[in-house]
Amino acid sequence: MYKIITKREIAPNIISLEVAAPLIAKRVKPGQFIILLVDERGERIPVTIADYNRENGRIRIIFQVVGKTTAQLSQMNEGDELFALVGPLGNPSEIDNYGTVVTVGGGTGIASVYPITRELKEAGNRVISIIGAKTRDLIIMEDEIRKASTELLVTTDDGSYARKGFVTEILDEVLQKEKDVKKVWAIGPAPMMKAASEVTKPHGIETIVSLNAIMVDGTGMCGSCRVTVNGETKFVCVDGPEFNGHLVDWPEFMNRLARYEKMEKHSFEAYRKVCGEENG
Amino acid sequence: MAEMIPTPERMKRSQRPMPEQDPKKRVCNFDEVPLGYTTEDAIYEAQRCLQCKPAPCVEGCPAEIHIPQFILKIVEEGFASAYLEILKTNSLPTMCGRVCPQEEQCQRACVYNKMGKPISIGRLERFVSDWARKHDTKEKLPDSKKKSKLVAVVGSGPAGLTCAADLAKMGYDVTIFEALHKTGGVLTYGIPEFRLPKKIVGYEVDKIKDLGVKIVTDFVVGLTKGVDELAGEFDAIFLANGAGAPQFMHIPGENLNDVYSANEFLTRSNLMKAYKFPEFDTPIKAGKKVVVIGGGNVAMDAARTALRLGAKDVHVVYRRTKEEAPARAEEIAHAEEEGIVFDFLTLPVRILGDEKGNVTGMECIKMRLGEPDESGRRRPLPIEGSNFVMQVDMVICAIGTAANPIVARSATSVQTNKRGYFIVDEKTRATSREGIFAGGDITRGSATVISAIGDGKKAARAIDRYLSSGGSLRKSKK
Ligand SMILES: Cc1cc2nc3c(=O)[nH]c(=O)nc-3n(C[C@H](O)[C@H](O)[C@H](O)COP(=O)(O)OP(=O)(O)OC[C@H]3O[C@@H](n4cnc5c(N)ncnc54)[C@H](O)[C@@H]3O)c2cc1C
Ligand SMILES: Cc1cc2nc3c(=O)[nH]c(=O)nc-3n(C[C@H](O)[C@H](O)[C@H](O)COP(=O)(O)OP(=O)(O)OC[C@H]3O[C@@H](n4cnc5c(N)ncnc54)[C@H](O)[C@@H]3O)c2cc1C
Ligand code: SF4
Ligand code: SF4
Ligand code: FES
Repeated sequence: MYKIITKREIAPNIISLEVAAPLIAKRVKPGQFIILLVDERGERIPVTIADYNRENGRIRIIFQVVGKTTAQLSQMNEGDELFALVGPLGNPSEIDNYGTVVTVGGGTGIASVYPITRELKEAGNRVISIIGAKTRDLIIMEDEIRKASTELLVTTDDGSYARKGFVTEILDEVLQKEKDVKKVWAIGPAPMMKAASEVTKPHGIETIVSLNAIMVDGTGMCGSCRVTVNGETKFVCVDGPEFNGHLVDWPEFMNRLARYEKMEKHSFEAYRKVCGEENG
Repeated sequence: MAEMIPTPERMKRSQRPMPEQDPKKRVCNFDEVPLGYTTEDAIYEAQRCLQCKPAPCVEGCPAEIHIPQFILKIVEEGFASAYLEILKTNSLPTMCGRVCPQEEQCQRACVYNKMGKPISIGRLERFVSDWARKHDTKEKLPDSKKKSKLVAVVGSGPAGLTCAADLAKMGYDVTIFEALHKTGGVLTYGIPEFRLPKKIVGYEVDKIKDLGVKIVTDFVVGLTKGVDELAGEFDAIFLANGAGAPQFMHIPGENLNDVYSANEFLTRSNLMKAYKFPEFDTPIKAGKKVVVIGGGNVAMDAARTALRLGAKDVHVVYRRTKEEAPARAEEIAHAEEEGIVFDFLTLPVRILGDEKGNVTGMECIKMRLGEPDESGRRRPLPIEGSNFVMQVDMVICAIGTAANPIVARSATSVQTNKRGYFIVDEKTRATSREGIFAGGDITRGSATVISAIGDGKKAARAIDRYLSSGGSLRKSKK
């Protein structure tokens, strides 16, 4: 039903899939995500829709292998079918002509920030993009982001490519220089989004983050994805995934991300063992 | 063939108990707890029925099942025809025989109830439908001509399944849209295996597919496509998306790591089969000392699931008393037999945790009952200064669910009430927009399986009337 049309490993352990999902491709807007199941026994995992083609009915997802499900997904090939795929879930990003905006992507967050960046520019904004990763190999979608934004700044943590440093350091510099930034999007690992929110706070610039909470249904039915924002409980899947980063209760959010750490590790190790044996 | 016995003898007999798994064994497995009547049990129990005319029990059943008739057929050992008798008014008897609050419905109305030993109508219904499933008994359908009109059903819970089945039997072309990857609604994701085995739900769903109903899973109406869009493609729509949004108490500590909504806990366990982790990928935590907040069926299901996942100590806290608890008496009794401890007249005020987000305890306050409130139940009032802390490491919140706005938001001119439930005509289930009908929990708030089935039936009849008198949503203007 949900056939994988193309598969590419765009960086070590980071894979891009194009999947046939015409109904989703028709309606999706930047900021939305899907939930997929690899097989009947699988876990429902959320992944951002990194790109879409309304004509050929395909969506593109980009994911990093971090555990059992993503490892299993990385073993699938062109022509294989996913067991389930549902979307588009969550609210679209609020795209408007703000003036000057900054989009920041860290790691696979680059994929999430890409469609937002593109749409912001199309809406008439001057978009400064900052992307970063641990090392040179892990910088993804550089050309696409360059095309989608007005200006692009690249960093690597280890300095193996472009500037050395964290995306948040560059963000700080940009905000010192640019006096008229209206809004910032920062998407990536939770510590990065938290740090980016701390950088923008003294400047009083609204900062949107996209929370990667642990989900089950993704439609507001279970409450697994809940997070405290401005003192209120919100469900990331239906009230988000984007929130004002200055209002998110980060320590609670990060604690909740680690809820199943032990079991996840166990599951991943068991999978690797079986797979390793099977593949010789 | 067995026969009815003389009335005095009938009156002497007492209710035949249902064989059940031993509580000590069953807390270690997810198998069904009640084992079902044997043929001999069923005949013995059926022979007690006085065959009243008119039969008060029928009025107690929301589906108006022809109770004395099907019971008589059991005595005559015509199990297939007993089943067909039930099917005339209830399309999912395998479910109702198991999960209906019988003691408050048909059995409360039974003339024997005064003597404290009503006919076990639910158990008989279950016996008959299980017999039929084992023998694959199917009803003979009249050759209804295929009709060209298209009907969309939103949600595959008992309301949606029933409406779809009835319309398909009339010859309509029906498509069910379901958000999850599996069908059955609460029957699949909420009610645990040990009360309602999923292979039974699967069997019923397969029968409905055999009628020609198309089922589209992974389709969130309101996101994948809106109701307004479906209205352009279908001649009528039945909205049966349930009331699945979990509610929380809004007390401090509620978002700590080991605080679950009952929906999350049960969905992980039932829908995702987390109780079989790591054979299935979805994880679930098994607390050692678990407390469940609430007094309904959902709270019982969560507590009993926690026990089966390995909890050593499970408490249920409820702010009123056992008498007010909305759970079925049978479920409370099952929970007690399994060693679950009830703390009545107790209200949580705060959940305590450490800096890593682990739950370390729950602070509660003792309650007393005051004057009756609007619901007629005595209002629980806190006893000042009675606060105390329970040592627990997991909390499950089962205080009810609310309407999820996703469907309603995409349905122009379909009115909802203040709480987000669709406003419908009680008899026809028609909403404020012509051609759109609604039923089940999304029109009632959390209710029962049988009321959802009843709504599905009524809506199917009303949809048939609407369509056969020339109505068509896709051809009408908003
Ligand atoms: C809205 C949203 C969009 C996302 N977009 C992307 C994306 O575009 N690319 C990408 O690589 N990743 C994305 N993620 C994260 C992705 O869902 C997780 O990497 C994935 O679930 C890991 O599963 P696993 O079994 O491989 O790893 P596991 O070993 O199970 O888990 C690794 C970590 O992933 C997180 N995780 C585990 N299970 C879930 C779950 N059911 N739901 C959410 N998070 C979970 C946990 O924090 C966990 O510690 C997104 C998450 C959300 C909520
Ligand atoms: C744990 C638990 C135990 C219970 N125990 C009992 C019991 O013992 N006896 C009893 O009589 N009742 C019981 N109930 C209540 C009973 O299950 C419900 O009243 C009944 O299931 C309602 O049926 P429904 O068809 O209206 O909705 P549901 O069963 O809720 O089904 C609704 C379906 O619609 C789907 N849906 C929702 N939104 C969308 C959307 N946007 N697009 C597409 N599909 C959507 C859902 O995924 C779901 O499958 C229990 C409920 C729970 C939660
Ligand atoms: S459907 Fe429920 S109320 Fe009706 S006879 Fe069966 S058990 Fe009783
Ligand atoms: S009321 Fe009781 S005894 Fe009378 S017909 Fe109904 S089930 Fe039988
Ligand atoms: S994932 Fe279940 S409510 Fe958000």
